[in-house]
Amino acid sequence: MSSEYVLETKDLSLSYGDNQVVNNVSVGFKEKAVTALIGPSGCGKSTLLRTFNRMNDFIDVFSHSGEVLFRGKDIYNSPLDVTDFRRNVGMVFQKPNPFSSSIKKNITWGPKINGYQGDFDELVETSLKKASLWNEVKDKLNSSGLDLSGGQQQRLCIARAIAMDPSVILMDEPCSALDPQSTAAIEKLITELQENYTIIIVTHNMQQAARISEDTAFMYEGDLVEVGETSQLFSSPEHKLTQDYIGGRFG
Amino acid sequence: MSQASSPTVPVVASKNQKNRGGETLENPKFIPNHSGRRMREYAFRAVIVSATLAALFILIVLTVNVFKQGLPWLDQQFLTSFPSRFPERAGIKSAIWGSVWLGGFTLLFSVFFGVGAALYLEELAPKNRINRILEVNISTLAGVPSIIYGMLGLTLFVRIMAFERSVLAGGLTLSLLIMPVIIIATREALKCVPDDIRLGAAALGATKWQAVRDHVLPAAMPGVLTGIILAMARAVGEAAPLIMIGALSYVAFVPESAFDAFTALPIQIFNWTSRPKEEFHALAAAGIIVLLGFLLVCNSIAILLRLKWKDHRR
Repeated sequence: MSSEYVLETKDLSLSYGDNQVVNNVSVGFKEKAVTALIGPSGCGKSTLLRTFNRMNDFIDVFSHSGEVLFRGKDIYNSPLDVTDFRRNVGMVFQKPNPFSSSIKKNITWGPKINGYQGDFDELVETSLKKASLWNEVKDKLNSSGLDLSGGQQQRLCIARAIAMDPSVILMDEPCSALDPQSTAAIEKLITELQENYTIIIVTHNMQQAARISEDTAFMYEGDLVEVGETSQLFSSPEHKLTQDYIGGRFG
Repeated sequence: MSQASSPTVPVVASKNQKNRGGETLENPKFIPNHSGRRMREYAFRAVIVSATLAALFILIVLTVNVFKQGLPWLDQQFLTSFPSRFPERAGIKSAIWGSVWLGGFTLLFSVFFGVGAALYLEELAPKNRINRILEVNISTLAGVPSIIYGMLGLTLFVRIMAFERSVLAGGLTLSLLIMPVIIIATREALKCVPDDIRLGAAALGATKWQAVRDHVLPAAMPGVLTGIILAMARAVGEAAPLIMIGALSYVAFVPESAFDAFTALPIQIFNWTSRPKEEFHALAAAGIIVLLGFLLVCNSIAILLRLKWKDHRR
């Protein structure tokens, strides 16, 4: 029944202390597709995203009720080790955050600490190629990741996530700190990556959601208002709220 | 640029008149009070410059005085002899080696426990009320007089743990003394490491220890090392807690194990200054020069380490 979805939530509510920020959300994410999460600031979309790799564990007052299923298993109530789980669900952050070490070490660190058995040089090359960064950095693999431009840093972070061979990649407004040219490069990359990965992307940019995603979920004040095929949702939204938001009347 | 038709010309002209009465800048909503502000600017500058000069002046007077008295006594014989009741035969060898042993033990224990405690409190322990109470208490400990640590060391290390008046007991006591400083400095350095790094590491399936070991601690290292340098400088110059635990002032041998009795540079200096004979005061000055040199060497090593660390991480 749930096999259609890689990742799925059931009646998921998320709170920071007494403040509930996501209310009873049930939504599924299709395998090897890009799903966009849109909605105005503070609607809970980033919190929802961070639940999918249990990043909210780092916030002491965070609590949840309901289920988050990864391939049918509840990630909050399973014997699965949380680090093993995060290996399967990569994440790209809003601000590029490469480690302050060489480009090569940025890629190999994650696999190394998780006991990767393959050839590291090969892994560096394939990961950077998949992130369309190889040609720009192949001659300076030992220079610092922080010396790259913002757009290159973000692609390095994507390469770093890919190197872990995840099935899902979460992206939290990955282009919001980048210029239009770098944004275009990342968007192109995302459409290439969806052939092999399930991508969930939070974005403030509705054109971006329309351009790159297959499905779109619209959230408002913690509620999931509408979810469906992107073309459908943008051309004939079912709810008035969705229509108003997409039409630019608020948000 | 020399084109006279440029529209910036009127502004340049008014700048030449020191911005005063330049008609183009007139705006009745603002009364800039240039002369008053400029005067206060000069006054402020005068105060901070004189504060710097005062500190510098005192330092120079002290140093010149010490060097004038001590330099004639500072020779090969002074550095390689044991203390003696004849000033011309007295030396500082046992104090130098005592301080080296003490510094080594202090560094070992205070860095291990201090950095360890800071890592636990900052990275692993939940940020709850107990943690905050601990933080305040540790800050308070940093201000406790060193003689109190001497009493603690006397009870704990010398008596209960029966290390006697050994260099080990001294090193442990000094470690206790500077541990709060190291904990505070390390915590501050860790707080300055952006959370991006921790989250980025965690997203790759790292445990907390892996993230701290490979990314957070290296990023905080310059700050941690600065804290350790300052703390060690304090430990090496301390006499009171060591006198309290019973360090000797007449030691005619170099410590050969952790359980040997010892003296240290500040104790030897203190001992010499409290003697009536004038020559011993000059010897104390020579001892101070040695202590200054000792600190200078330690700090230089630490700074070199820090620079090397930065290069290495590139």
